[in-house]
Amino acid sequence: MAAGGYNMFKGNSFETHIMPENYTEKKKKTSKLMFLSIVPFLILSVAFSYFPLHGWLYAFYDYIPPLKLSQCDFVGFKWFNLLFSNSTQVGQLMKVMRNTFAMSGLTLATSVLPVGLAILLSEIKCKWFKKVVQTMTTLPNFISWVMVFSVAFSLFSSTGMVNSFMQNMGWITSPTKFLDSDANVWLSMILWSIWKGLGWGSIMYLAAISGIDQELYEAARVDGASRFNLMRHITLPALLPTFFVLLMLAIANFLNNGLDQFYVFQNSFNKEHIQVLDLYVYNVGITGRSPSLATAIGMMKSIVSVTLLVIVNFASKKTRGETII
Amino acid sequence: MDHIKKRLKLSKTDVTFSVLNYLCFAIFTIICIYPFYYLIINTISANDLSAKGMINFLPQQLHIDNYIEVLKLKGLPNALGISVARTVIGTTLTVFASAFLGFMFTQPKLWGRKFWYRIIVITMYFNAGLIPLYLTMKNLGLTNSFWVYILPYVVQPFNIILVKTYVESLPISLQEAAEIDGASFITVFWKIILPTSKPILATITIFSAVIQWNSFYDTLIYVTDQKLYSLQYLLYTYINQANSLATLIKNSSGTAMNLMGLATQQTPTSIRMTVTVIVVLPILFIYPIFQPYFAKGIMIGSVKG
Repeated sequence: MAAGGYNMFKGNSFETHIMPENYTEKKKKTSKLMFLSIVPFLILSVAFSYFPLHGWLYAFYDYIPPLKLSQCDFVGFKWFNLLFSNSTQVGQLMKVMRNTFAMSGLTLATSVLPVGLAILLSEIKCKWFKKVVQTMTTLPNFISWVMVFSVAFSLFSSTGMVNSFMQNMGWITSPTKFLDSDANVWLSMILWSIWKGLGWGSIMYLAAISGIDQELYEAARVDGASRFNLMRHITLPALLPTFFVLLMLAIANFLNNGLDQFYVFQNSFNKEHIQVLDLYVYNVGITGRSPSLATAIGMMKSIVSVTLLVIVNFASKKTRGETII
Repeated sequence: MDHIKKRLKLSKTDVTFSVLNYLCFAIFTIICIYPFYYLIINTISANDLSAKGMINFLPQQLHIDNYIEVLKLKGLPNALGISVARTVIGTTLTVFASAFLGFMFTQPKLWGRKFWYRIIVITMYFNAGLIPLYLTMKNLGLTNSFWVYILPYVVQPFNIILVKTYVESLPISLQEAAEIDGASFITVFWKIILPTSKPILATITIFSAVIQWNSFYDTLIYVTDQKLYSLQYLLYTYINQANSLATLIKNSSGTAMNLMGLATQQTPTSIRMTVTVIVVLPILFIYPIFQPYFAKGIMIGSVKG
């Protein structure tokens, strides 16, 4: 990163020999003033990111709202033990973990798609076509999951476009259950994820491709390289660094699938397969009225996530020589 | 002659590849756009035809009654106001905070610069959890308050990193020249850094605006007061209650409605689709306008980072 300029004035000799007498005093004053100016923002950051951590205390109590915490019983590791105690609980947790692993696994597997898309899109020479494709394919990224669900509903519900079309064509006699069934939940979730995120995900790779020195391509062409050789040996390696950073971040976020997507698509039919860990915490904590249990689960999830991040960061340093954060 | 032959040979595979490439992208683009197109043509076509699934490629029997009726629905203008307010206010504050903090963290004179930067960036990687966050909002008095839509979003480490990277790529002579003329760091920020950072600011603006406009989760968790519902949340309730809404509209207008005929009578489907279009439309219009700016901003950000 081009931060060289800012390091130029380090070092005491410069300051004490060339600068005016009250320079260090003035410097300290500006320094403190600068700090004061960012204090409001630091307070906000602490209030919404660090302060809530004290909520982890609630995992050790039998918190029953609206009682205050001091009026509730301290139960130690009861909730943590509960998750592993009886077979129904364990079974439930195993199913949720299975769903989480499936969705995260599919996400990791399909994370190569934006790379491929960027490479193929950069092969398009017609500028206006390229621009139109970029604008239109990145559009689904900017609508909310509620709206994706609304779109999905209009197209795939029992009376939606696809079913009506197939019935009018005489291909089927009764509507196919796309949304209100337990079949192929993971497949449809990942397909919607791809629909929403593929165009946007490829933007970063397109930016990296535009930074490749064109002379490399010229030199390779002179040596007789075909189009595919160019893609494999010049374009692809330029994208690998970015890809690995994103891959490692995705691994660190393995347990975090997000709530929005799964919440809007969940219904009594597909709950078995759609309930990932984040959704489970919500269902247990808010709808299920077990805030302490939900806090315990959330706490474990956070700890595992941070551990994964540390591991992945370490692995990155060992293999690539750079850390991610 | 040989080199011409070689070029013709390359052409054949090239041409097939190119044609397939263009074709695949055309298909992918259509897949991305068609759902929106489908929604729009169905909301402006006769409702009975729409319900029969006959409006798939071209609108028929145009009318705008769906929009007129939906805009009369209780709660919609209010939710619209809330969403617009939070998008405008929230985005302004977030962009300002991101720009200011991103700039401040490039200043070597800032006391504890590295430490405070790390403190803020690390928050990207852990999450206190659903219940603790809810309890925090409650204790801070933010549940059922408009400010729960704004304050938690003001400090965004991702935006700060983007701005910091961008400012570091600017020539240091800009700031030095101003400081020689006696400018304070605030003047440098306001008069020099802000105007030259337009690409990255445009990027952050659209990120923040879209997050604010699309926010549904915070209403779900923290708000029970109907007057504070965001547009997205209202849409979600409409999708689930579309049936009862349709009956409500049917009954409220009495005989006038019956005379209007099936083409314009509200069905659950038409309400759902109309509300979706209303919510998506701002994004459909604004996004293509901003897209070139932040394509540039992302390019600079990722090449450097």
